[in-house]
Amino acid sequence: MIEVIKLNKNYGKLKVLQDISFTVEKGEKIAIIGPSGSGKSTLLRCLNLMEEASSGSIIFEGINLTEQKAGLDLHRQKMGMVFQQFNLFNNKTVLENIMMAPLHIRLTKLRKARRQNLLIKAGNLFRKNKKRLIELDTTAGTIREEVQDQALNLLQKIGLEDKRDVYPSTLSGGQQQRVAIIRALAMNPKVILFDEPTSSLDPEMVGEVLDLIRSLAEAGMTMLIVTHEMGFAREVASRVLFMDEGRITEDSSPEQLFSNPQNARTREFLSKVKAM
Amino acid sequence: MDNFSIKFEKFWQAFYAHNGYARVLEGLKNTMLIAVFGLIIGIVIGTAIAATLVHPAKSRLSRFLKGICNFYVSLFRGTPIVVQLLVTYYVVLPLLQINMSSLNVCILVFGLNSGAYVSEIMRGGILSVDPGQMEAGRALGLGYGVSMGKIVVPQAVKNILPTIGNEFISLIKETSVVSFVGAIDLYVAFNYIGTNNYEFMVPYLFMALIYIVLVLIISSLIKAMERSLRKSDRSHQA
Repeated sequence: MIEVIKLNKNYGKLKVLQDISFTVEKGEKIAIIGPSGSGKSTLLRCLNLMEEASSGSIIFEGINLTEQKAGLDLHRQKMGMVFQQFNLFNNKTVLENIMMAPLHIRLTKLRKARRQNLLIKAGNLFRKNKKRLIELDTTAGTIREEVQDQALNLLQKIGLEDKRDVYPSTLSGGQQQRVAIIRALAMNPKVILFDEPTSSLDPEMVGEVLDLIRSLAEAGMTMLIVTHEMGFAREVASRVLFMDEGRITEDSSPEQLFSNPQNARTREFLSKVKAM
Repeated sequence: MDNFSIKFEKFWQAFYAHNGYARVLEGLKNTMLIAVFGLIIGIVIGTAIAATLVHPAKSRLSRFLKGICNFYVSLFRGTPIVVQLLVTYYVVLPLLQINMSSLNVCILVFGLNSGAYVSEIMRGGILSVDPGQMEAGRALGLGYGVSMGKIVVPQAVKNILPTIGNEFISLIKETSVVSFVGAIDLYVAFNYIGTNNYEFMVPYLFMALIYIVLVLIISSLIKAMERSLRKSDRSHQA
């Protein structure tokens, strides 16, 4: 599904990512762990081109993202992202946050089809063989209803339907992050990238967010999670990547990596984490 | 004190009996015209410059446009407005052989000048919005323009509006130099009244009063606006 080939990322002379190569199959849940500054978040942000890679390729569903710039938004729609700082839109209510992207994208499509139909109609005045119009089986009203139903459904799943009309700043961190996760889900993405989803949460709120991510994993969502929650990585991940100084130094199953790490640096890191 | 009441008497005569008030009204009208239309031109120019400067593109064209914008801003912020007025009126327009009334020249120059300041206000307002907001929009697959227009700018406006109000106040105060190119403003009007009987104390006192009343009215309007913006902030938290 995703294939990363020899990805490099430099900030000036600083090499943040060096020769990163790995593949992600559909349904895999990949945890990326490692010390801070090892390039975990940068790797994740390179995958949906929030950061531009210096060299290498990222192939997503057979298309090389690093080569094409024009259709980038289309690919990002299929790659959800959840941020450490939640990044809910402050000027929109919870419901508007969830609806905004799907609504905008579907309405834009509808308007584009209408414009094309208008052109075809105008052209048909002069054509003998009338061209067929694009079939429009929906209206702006139904789109809005469908998107809203889906958003309310998702809100219900996380038990926050009573918060639909409040602004994000009134929610707790855990609630904000759960809304951010379903906002990503509302686009029906093929894969979700989690960038330290629990790192800026109060300890008591970590559980509710991890529970939601776990339920997504169980439902078969493909995901990459940068995390410091080792227990969670071990339990949920189907594969764990260990990163150090911009390289993937170990790539194996969670049992293997946590109980019998091959790499000296991995052993050191894990022993320090356990000591805490 | 006696002396003052005589002075006031003389002023009142010139102001009321000799139609001085008509000039004052015209001066007031011109001051407001220059400030209002100057600000409108300034907002148009400022928006265009700010949009160019905050755009992340690094192409050669965009760097070139950014260079022009930066030059424009430092040009108009780096010279006194009197100099800009004089140069436009006596150098640029004659060279281009353009005829313009001095009032229009003033509106043009004040607009160009405030464009530079407004662009900085807007740029600052946009940069003050958490970059995570733009990132979240882009990560959902929304384009740069949509993310900017529907997410970032609405949040930036809250920071920008009060500062734009302050820009309007400084424009009003700065209009007191337009007599350099022959436009009639409050200074010219009261100067005319004073020249009538060579008595300047009361006219200039009145001029100062008019300016301060104008500014007080406008700043209380701005405060009211700020309050209503903050109220909507609080309702977010309620």
